[in-house]
Amino acid sequence: MVEETKIMRGLDAIRLAIEEEMENDESVFIMGEDIGKFGGCFFVTEGLLEKFGSERVLDTPISENAILGCAVGAAMVGMRPIAEIMFADFLPVCMEMIVNQAAKARYMYGGQINVPITIRVPFGTGIMGAAQHSQSFESWFMHVPGLKVILPSDARDFKGLMKTAIRDDDPIIFFENKRAYFLTGEVPLDKNFTIPFGQARKFTEGDDVTIVATGAMVQESIKAATKLKEDNIQCEVIDPRTLVPMDKKSILNSVEKTGKLIIVDEGCKTCSVSAEIAAFVAEEGFQYLKKNIVRINTPDVPIPYSPNLEKEIIPNAKLIQNYVKKLI
Amino acid sequence: MSTLELPKDWSPEKLINLYKKMLTIREFEQRVSKDTGKIKSPLVHTYTGEEAIAVGACAAINEDDYITSTHRGHGHFIAKGGDINSLMAEIYGKEGGICKGRGGSMHVADFSKNMLGANGIVGAGPPLALGVALASKMRKESKVVLTFFGDGAANQGMLHESMNLAAIWKLPIVFVLENNMYGWSTPVHYATAIKDLSLRAQGYGMKGFTIDGNDVIEVYMAIKKAVDLARKGGGPTLIECKTYRWDGQTTMDPDKYRSTKEKEEWKKKCPIEAYKIKLIKNEVIDRAIIQKIEEDTLAQIELSVKLTKKSPKPDTNAVLDDIYKNPKNLGGN
Repeated sequence: MVEETKIMRGLDAIRLAIEEEMENDESVFIMGEDIGKFGGCFFVTEGLLEKFGSERVLDTPISENAILGCAVGAAMVGMRPIAEIMFADFLPVCMEMIVNQAAKARYMYGGQINVPITIRVPFGTGIMGAAQHSQSFESWFMHVPGLKVILPSDARDFKGLMKTAIRDDDPIIFFENKRAYFLTGEVPLDKNFTIPFGQARKFTEGDDVTIVATGAMVQESIKAATKLKEDNIQCEVIDPRTLVPMDKKSILNSVEKTGKLIIVDEGCKTCSVSAEIAAFVAEEGFQYLKKNIVRINTPDVPIPYSPNLEKEIIPNAKLIQNYVKKLI
Repeated sequence: MSTLELPKDWSPEKLINLYKKMLTIREFEQRVSKDTGKIKSPLVHTYTGEEAIAVGACAAINEDDYITSTHRGHGHFIAKGGDINSLMAEIYGKEGGICKGRGGSMHVADFSKNMLGANGIVGAGPPLALGVALASKMRKESKVVLTFFGDGAANQGMLHESMNLAAIWKLPIVFVLENNMYGWSTPVHYATAIKDLSLRAQGYGMKGFTIDGNDVIEVYMAIKKAVDLARKGGGPTLIECKTYRWDGQTTMDPDKYRSTKEKEEWKKKCPIEAYKIKLIKNEVIDRAIIQKIEEDTLAQIELSVKLTKKSPKPDTNAVLDDIYKNPKNLGGN
């Protein structure tokens, strides 16, 4: 059977997933700053208020702890809230509710309850957001037992993973890459289309180098791999898609085949996603490695405002190509 | 109401129940204090001296209404009808504990009684209460939420976010502020520039009242009124209950920052003793009944300790269980 699809932007795919799940389950609702009348800072929630009404699409004051506390409390008594934090950069304001409440409640209360919340957060560079509207904090949350950390890189995965997130009984932080919002792609229209967590996606096949990338870096890596093909260098580009749970097996299998690993990550380098991936490959797949692991990250610097400065520090296809060539 | 008067339409049973509950909390906490060397955790906070608040407040709500609690949560747990055997076992870190020994004193919770958990983070209960109240409103269940917090939490930002959101959405919440005069060693008059913390309510467009938190009937009446308003859709209320923490911040606190004189003055205002006198003067109970209640209460506490000692240590093979409901969700849905 041919899969019925439609070409849409990443942000439309997220909206579609939310809309379908709200239709499907009355306990799903969404709350956040300017998500109703305004339709969300990135227009992800546009039209939801008109469709579902103000009882299920709730505009909130600028109170991130209250937003997430409210979501966690509602989830504890059986609702399935989706909470939007306008920018990932605002997460430090409400770490309490994510780290000490949502993530811990199930375990510390002896498994008495579930906390089925989905926290949606736009993140990353590309909009001249400067130091407080551009950051990539995903690795912080990998360090919090009890959370699942989801990070899709294109429209198809946005839809499939968002649906799985909303249906999942555990607390989820769902990172939405800003550049991926505006990237168009084919999205399945089947209302039962979901993507399981813990399954990486391979974008290109190759025997020479494994490139593991997340978020906007996936497209950069694909571009690099396409270029490198012209030089007869075959790269395997893998997007883990979910950081917790992490599909270690797919990554290790690829490294076993290629013997070389490059990790590309928009977060700054120290204690980043790339650090964790490098660590488990070194721990569990050292015997496969023919060369040192290479990590391509943004350096440890606040994100600057001016586009030429931003461009200077964010990894791109050209940089990835150079690293691959050096490694071969 | 004069100090010796009791509500006329209450049955003796209802009146006596409040006494029994307060006494259970008192004796439970005294036993916990006494056993601190055996319990070993330096982070056990007792509710001694504040019993009238939890008991009066929880008596004013229905069984299916909710409460959120604080790090000083044993009293709330008992007042909401939680089982004291599994409470004691939890504080001792045993398998038979309500949270299987994973939460301990600061995280006791009984979701089957809608007691949504003690909480180790000061001020974290009220934001959670928002969602519980919102869910009740969305599902048209007319259940209310009492969210207990202290004078320490009164200066946390998330409490203020919560009061504001509760007020604009008219959520069925009663903010129960237990002003026990100290946040650990910091006196409330140092931490706050106003005398009555209930004044804060005005800034959020809700009513606020300051009451005697050591008078169980006054607590009941004030909470009942606020609960009735909340249940009718009238939104939240802030009730400040003035009281005093008899013990140190924790059972291991040397408590050198408060004078003996101050402590003795407050002990003269013991909520249980005051209520007992009222019951006697109104001929609700007599010496024989009091003695029976005291004996029963002590026996109950003794039993909880006995059962706790019999309860095994938590199974180390299960230490990684319950982190997730569905650890990987690899199968999708």
